Amino acid sequence: MTPDLIANVVIAGLLTGLVYGLMALGLSVIFGVVRVVNFAHGEMMTIAMYAAVLLFGALGLDPLLAVVPVAVAFFGLGYALQSTLINPFITRPEHSQFMLLVAVALIMVNALLMTFGPDARSVQVDYQLESYAIGPILIDKARLLAAGMAVATSAALFAFFRLTLVGKAIRACADNHLGAQVVGLNVKRLYALTFGVGSACVAVAGCMMILLVDVTPVLGPAYTLLAFVIVIVGGLGSMPGALLGGVLIGVSEALAGLLIVPSAKSMFSFALLILVLLFRPQGLLGKRT
Amino acid sequence: MSPERRAAILLALLVVVLVALPWVAGSYVLSVATLILFFAFTGQAWNVMMGFAGQLSLGHSLYVGLGAYAAAGLFFHYGIGPWAGIWLAIAVCVAAGAVIGFLAFRFGISGVYFALLTIAFAEFTRIGFDHLQWLGGPGGLFIKVEQRESWDLLNLRGTPRMFYYVMLALTAAAFALCAWLLRSRAGYYWQAIRENEEAAQALGINTFRWKMLAVVISAAMTALSGVFFAFYYNNLFPEQIFHISRSIEIILGPIIGGLGTLFGPILGAAVLTILADGITELMALAGLEIPGVKQVFYGLCLLGVVMFLPHGIWPPIARRLGLTRR
Amino acid sequence: MNNGSNPLSSSRRRAVQAAGAAAALSTLGFPAIVRAQATRLKVGVLLPRSGVQGFIGQSCQKGADLAPGVIREMLGVDVELMNADTETNIDVARTRAERLIQEGANVLVGPFDSGAAAAIAQVAEQRGVPFVINVAAAPQITEQGYKFVFRNFQTAPDIVRNGLALIGDLFQATNTVPRTAVFMHVNDTFGQAMAKGIGGILPRLTQLPFKIVDTISYDPAAKDLTVEVSKAKASKADFLLLVCRLNDSIILRREMVKQRWNPMGVVSPGSPGMYEEQFYKTLGKLSEHCISNVPWYDPTAPLTKVVEKAFLKQNPKDKLVFHGLNVGFTFEAVLIAADAFKRAKSTDSKVLAEAIRQTNITSKMTLGAPIKFNAKGQVEGIGSACVQNLNLTPTVVLPTSAATAKPVFPVPGYAA
Repeated sequence: MTPDLIANVVIAGLLTGLVYGLMALGLSVIFGVVRVVNFAHGEMMTIAMYAAVLLFGALGLDPLLAVVPVAVAFFGLGYALQSTLINPFITRPEHSQFMLLVAVALIMVNALLMTFGPDARSVQVDYQLESYAIGPILIDKARLLAAGMAVATSAALFAFFRLTLVGKAIRACADNHLGAQVVGLNVKRLYALTFGVGSACVAVAGCMMILLVDVTPVLGPAYTLLAFVIVIVGGLGSMPGALLGGVLIGVSEALAGLLIVPSAKSMFSFALLILVLLFRPQGLLGKRT
Repeated sequence: MSPERRAAILLALLVVVLVALPWVAGSYVLSVATLILFFAFTGQAWNVMMGFAGQLSLGHSLYVGLGAYAAAGLFFHYGIGPWAGIWLAIAVCVAAGAVIGFLAFRFGISGVYFALLTIAFAEFTRIGFDHLQWLGGPGGLFIKVEQRESWDLLNLRGTPRMFYYVMLALTAAAFALCAWLLRSRAGYYWQAIRENEEAAQALGINTFRWKMLAVVISAAMTALSGVFFAFYYNNLFPEQIFHISRSIEIILGPIIGGLGTLFGPILGAAVLTILADGITELMALAGLEIPGVKQVFYGLCLLGVVMFLPHGIWPPIARRLGLTRR
Repeated sequence: MNNGSNPLSSSRRRAVQAAGAAAALSTLGFPAIVRAQATRLKVGVLLPRSGVQGFIGQSCQKGADLAPGVIREMLGVDVELMNADTETNIDVARTRAERLIQEGANVLVGPFDSGAAAAIAQVAEQRGVPFVINVAAAPQITEQGYKFVFRNFQTAPDIVRNGLALIGDLFQATNTVPRTAVFMHVNDTFGQAMAKGIGGILPRLTQLPFKIVDTISYDPAAKDLTVEVSKAKASKADFLLLVCRLNDSIILRREMVKQRWNPMGVVSPGSPGMYEEQFYKTLGKLSEHCISNVPWYDPTAPLTKVVEKAFLKQNPKDKLVFHGLNVGFTFEAVLIAADAFKRAKSTDSKVLAEAIRQTNITSKMTLGAPIKFNAKGQVEGIGSACVQNLNLTPTVVLPTSAATAKPVFPVPGYAA
């Protein structure tokens, strides 16, 4: 167990964790504001990954560039999904919302299966297998780029919520639903906007993830679970929390894989989830409601 | 005729049909019927926790798996038959349910967080069992199969017909138990907790105790379905039995049939299984081969029910059959 | 067979009446109490055509689909296939098996997956219908004392033993003496059975020169194998001994390149993945020189040529070599059923089962001893081949009798 090995593993975990964090960011935004449990989150990212694959295949578009059209498309889709399907469910009991999105997820996964078949698809960009060598440390180029994009997107999102009027309005909704309505904010439209923004986040995460991982239709549920673990650990409604949670999970899984049996490293994340749920349910950076 | 009378007559008719089924149906229909009963029973068990006490468990495969492995492990390593194995299975599941319930309720976890907690426990256990060599690990636990032409209820070895009747008996018992529970004090307290937990607490109800009771009963019942599974299929793989897709399969029936109702889980399980097989047959007839169509159909059904019939398909049918007072 | 003044019309009338009655009754779910005449064998083919193993199931199906044509030429026997999808789910496998039997299947064939095989075996045994397993490695299936279950495939311990022996042959043939290996394996049913096998057998094989310095098991669903490969690289082992599945083998190979790890070679003592078409398509040049020691078909056998021709006719854009294992063993499973039918001259299941038990097929497609079942319904002596990826094609390099090229070991990129 040399320091080189540990350093390499931790850095890889950190970079991957940032991409996970971006994925969770979308969920945190949606969950934090609209309070809807998006059980179809992982599936949405899977669709984004397929979109990136299609764009690469048809136009040779690098996923780093495909981010733009895919994010825009997903914004629209998210907006539509919220306005039409999910909005009537805001007032319904939680398990109803949950089952609605489970149904949506089920349809998405199998529609993907019907369309693309079960084989794994990927993009083959030139830099996919390159790595930078800094002394004994090897940094995977694709991973670095993906992490960079994750940080950039998070920063943009942060700016949106802090600096724009719309962003502030959305935060107001999240903090106090009734109060926001009292001051005349169009809550329904803001919810739809939020869902759109969250979906755009997921789209970017998907485009980045395809650089690291091959996509199959059944990828969704595992990522949904992961996103929830990260969001809960990092703290609901906290954007830095989502990134922090992602990094934490990425690094801890990597270390767990290194120190104990790699095939059991997911147990670690679930154990962490259970502990956080019990002892600090608002997450590391969340606020107690 | 009063609704109660009518309900009793219809129920009696159903029982007669179910008991007579093996004598008129081929073994294919019998295997499908056994599967329906399995999901009806397990769905009914889940319903106690969700429909009655309002606690959404999305990791119920945990109890199926624990029950199955407990009984199978006992049989495999020590040759102890299922009737003793049942007690161990129930004990293990009750303990697991108690731990989850205690942790959740003491720490005030409810709603979607509780659901996630149950998922986390199920996944944790799945990966754990994947590394448990003593119970077969990912390679699976295979119980020695002995084909008996006769019924050996003591060791749960016998013809498919025997398994059908065992499952039928279990389902009937679950139905009776739930009917009794609903009319008992527990049923009323659960309803109060489900509708408004804070108000219930204000009335002096010890919500913690009654919620724990629901979780524990549900876990114990599900343990039995695990034991049945172990001896019916005779092999267990952690990847399959603890998998989240199993948990979702379990809850589809009660939700589509009708949460909190007595007959909902049974109806839901029947409708789903028959629909699934029907689709497969239709596809075969049409000569089509599209993997995933069945699941999309499931999803659409689920979507339809959740959106338009949130109380499930049983209540409107019950009304139509004149079984309710309204 | 029937005799009489006008056999065709009377028997056909009876057959039509019988079929009509059977159809009417079977729609009610009644057992098919009247069977049509025994002029053709109905073979129920159970494969995972959807679900996680859908791709492999479809590959096996090609072997089944070409079988009736080849068998009619070879044996003069009519085989009718009844295809069913197990959906990689044991509940479905069981009910589909029941369904096929009810619709009159005389023999069942399949199902590629050990869990499904165990479920179907119970149904077959219960209903007294013979079941010929094409591919399933869990040893317990033929240890249950079944009378109607037959397997023409190696069990996991056999695969390991043959695979390790071939590794020894590989080193001898290339004059190399690696001292250390790192053993990575996927942590699922198959991987674990292999790991157990290796743990038990390797210490006893004293003629193999290498020791295993580290064992790393990984999650089959893992998308990120950075940690695992880092650990493997840090072990500084001479070569990588790998038990994998398709998706993770691709991820592993890529990760090896990213981490600039170039061992002497990547050798599998017997697992799917590296010889499959997707591996080549996705990795291109990077797939070169990986080795899998697996049950395989003999490229020099006459039957192989016949099957290959039929395969190309049905799949003009495909190559048999990418489906070697799947097609070979699925075809042989149907062949076994047909061969038994020819000898038994009856579709009665007990008679068929007995006939299968007496099988002795010497002219076969897969490597190894003739197809003969022992008392447990298992074929002994099925051979494995050392299959190396050369020029983007799985190529048999050992045993020399069946080889079409020489093995390359260590790989060109290796720097000691």
